Amino acid sequence: MRQCCSDPGLGVLCNQPPSLISQTPTVTVQSNLVEDANLVQMNDEKQIPREGFVGRGHELIIEPGRTQRHYWRELWQYRELFQVLAWRDISVRYKQTVIGAAWALIRPLLTMVVFTVVFGKLAKLPSGGAVPYALMVFAGILPWSFFATALSDASNSVIGNANLISKVYFPRLIVPIAAVMVAFVDFLISFAILIALMIWYRFMPGWQILLLPAFAAIAFMASLGVGMWITALNVKYRDFRYVIPFIVQLGIYVSPVGFSSSIIPDQWRLVYSLNPMVGVIDGFRWCLLGGEDHLYLPGLWLSFGVTGFFLWLGIRQFRRMEKSFADLF
Amino acid sequence: MSDIVIAAEYLSKSYLVGHQSAQRESYTALRDVIAREARNFARKTADLVRGRQIVQGDDVEQFWALRDVSFEITQGDIVGIIGRNGAGKSTLLKILSRITEPDRGRAVLRGRVASLLEVGTGFHPELTGRENIFLNGAILGMTRAEIKLKFDEIVAFAEVDRFLDTPVKRYSSGMYVRLAFSIAAHLDAEILVMDEVLAVGDTDFQKKCLRKMDDVARSGRTVVLVSHQLGTLRDLCSRGMILTAGRVSTFDTIEQALREYLNAQTRLEPRSKKFRYVTDVRDGNDSKRQFHLFFGDPLVIKATLKNLPEVRSGFTVAIKNPYGKRVSLFSTNPHDGISLPSGGTTEVTFTIDFCPYAPGEYYVDLALTEPDVRIIEEFANALKFEVLPARRNGTLAYGAPYGEFFPAHAWNIVPQHLGHSLG
Repeated sequence: MRQCCSDPGLGVLCNQPPSLISQTPTVTVQSNLVEDANLVQMNDEKQIPREGFVGRGHELIIEPGRTQRHYWRELWQYRELFQVLAWRDISVRYKQTVIGAAWALIRPLLTMVVFTVVFGKLAKLPSGGAVPYALMVFAGILPWSFFATALSDASNSVIGNANLISKVYFPRLIVPIAAVMVAFVDFLISFAILIALMIWYRFMPGWQILLLPAFAAIAFMASLGVGMWITALNVKYRDFRYVIPFIVQLGIYVSPVGFSSSIIPDQWRLVYSLNPMVGVIDGFRWCLLGGEDHLYLPGLWLSFGVTGFFLWLGIRQFRRMEKSFADLF
Repeated sequence: MSDIVIAAEYLSKSYLVGHQSAQRESYTALRDVIAREARNFARKTADLVRGRQIVQGDDVEQFWALRDVSFEITQGDIVGIIGRNGAGKSTLLKILSRITEPDRGRAVLRGRVASLLEVGTGFHPELTGRENIFLNGAILGMTRAEIKLKFDEIVAFAEVDRFLDTPVKRYSSGMYVRLAFSIAAHLDAEILVMDEVLAVGDTDFQKKCLRKMDDVARSGRTVVLVSHQLGTLRDLCSRGMILTAGRVSTFDTIEQALREYLNAQTRLEPRSKKFRYVTDVRDGNDSKRQFHLFFGDPLVIKATLKNLPEVRSGFTVAIKNPYGKRVSLFSTNPHDGISLPSGGTTEVTFTIDFCPYAPGEYYVDLALTEPDVRIIEEFANALKFEVLPARRNGTLAYGAPYGEFFPAHAWNIVPQHLGHSLG
């Protein structure tokens, strides 16, 4: 029972009528004490100074199988958490390193150099035009490595943040999205390197470059869609953890990263475009390299369609399973 | 209609628990092993196809962590949830915090909920204290502006300003929990849900934590907390809920809840034939094993001992409070050469003329000992008595938190001549 006096050691007697004090035989107590005792509340109820705290009409109902109507609104309310989680993953990367953020530049640069040497000079795969091979390769590596990193990180994001998810509530969708955002930051750094490369080769891109953000957004959505789908399933069936590295390793040869997709024979081109990254990489090349590569439009639409499908599938699967994540860890 | 902040109706949650059959050890014949593995595989495939959870083990049991839990909490209530380990307390908090979903039932919450199920959630060891404050604060639901505003307060409360820019992995465990608790303590929400994180760190810091909890309680917020520190619950809470095996067995004032919980834990030892020497114990007045008396009344305990062995023996009476803490221990002290007589029947009477114990319930343990050698026979929870409040000889027994023990005493106040200081 919470007492109304904070420190009984002072000798102030609560919960007792003051008259008792004067009845004790050997004590003649100053009456000040009695007055003090009177000032203190005599009843047993807890003092609750209301500071205007009212439930803000904001009612939350918890029920099995209830989809929150305000899910997307809640996502907006928690928008700062996207930033915080992404920032956490990025800042942790280069802690206690000597070179620090320079690593973010070295990796894409080295990849490009290796690819140019291996595929361009040694394998002599055609670049499909007057574009320097290095540029063509880099224009393919850029979206691909964004996709690969985003997919790997997003697929492991839920399990990687298990300690958070099992102790705190926030809309779980934030977790894979933050992972893709981290990969996007890497993408932006690599993009800066691409600009530097273009300057080096004195290559001027055409008006098509304005459409680049659209293709970047498609890549974002493709990796998010597949990533969400896999990360949700991964919690229940851990087998999926082994699927991702496999897809990524295989994908880099299957997707038109080291070569242009114009070398695919015409009758297979549509089927080839089922890979969502085909449309994205083709689009990137088209934007960056000034329309040299004619866009194969049916393939493009198919790739976009597949991306949209995976996005829908991913969100649906994730939302269905997110309530049971904490139980399945 | 009072403002009900949390209303729960028939909340239930079950988990699937796998068991390895006991026959695993005995049946090692290949045929049996294959049969068992095939059965398990078939069951897991069927579960996979139907989208159910796949459980490892030979048998699967459905374990109800919570069953039909219903209650209403009004605004400003500080509710303490008590129960034995495994009673479902953490599960209930997880459901109220939306970490996990109930299988049945529903709960309605009005107001923002801040839940603290663990200190230091999301702390990353590589980040500095400063960075972790922003990280942890954001995870717990504070906006960046809010954290900036309360930053200095948080650091001051945690007493870590010197190490703010060191990675948290270098912190001592005390600093870590202080920082974690400090961030959580500055959460601002109408409903606060806490799981066993009442007070951490060294004694001084623990006092700080409890004082802060007190402030939170006074500010009109609704708090639901789980703790095993019954004394703290008694001081902080207004209502108490006991969960037993997933069900609400009591939801009442905190004193009533604590009393019932403790009573369920301790029971009078049934008198069985196993006691060879101590054949009867009773209250000196009513000859009962459970009795009550007023504060200041004489406490008399009688025991009958038979056929005591031929050794120097003594008799001890230990009085303990319901929290299990021993309040007093008395012994016949054969060191002075006085031993209990051997053989025959002996009546032992133990008397305290003025019962000084604070009003409440007490249990009595009796023991027959061979001092410094062994305990010959022990009779724990032999008697139970309740001290009722009363006024005796100028002594008022106020009970906790004023004290546990009020021996008879006297005051002598004599004013001196003017000019001399009062004594």
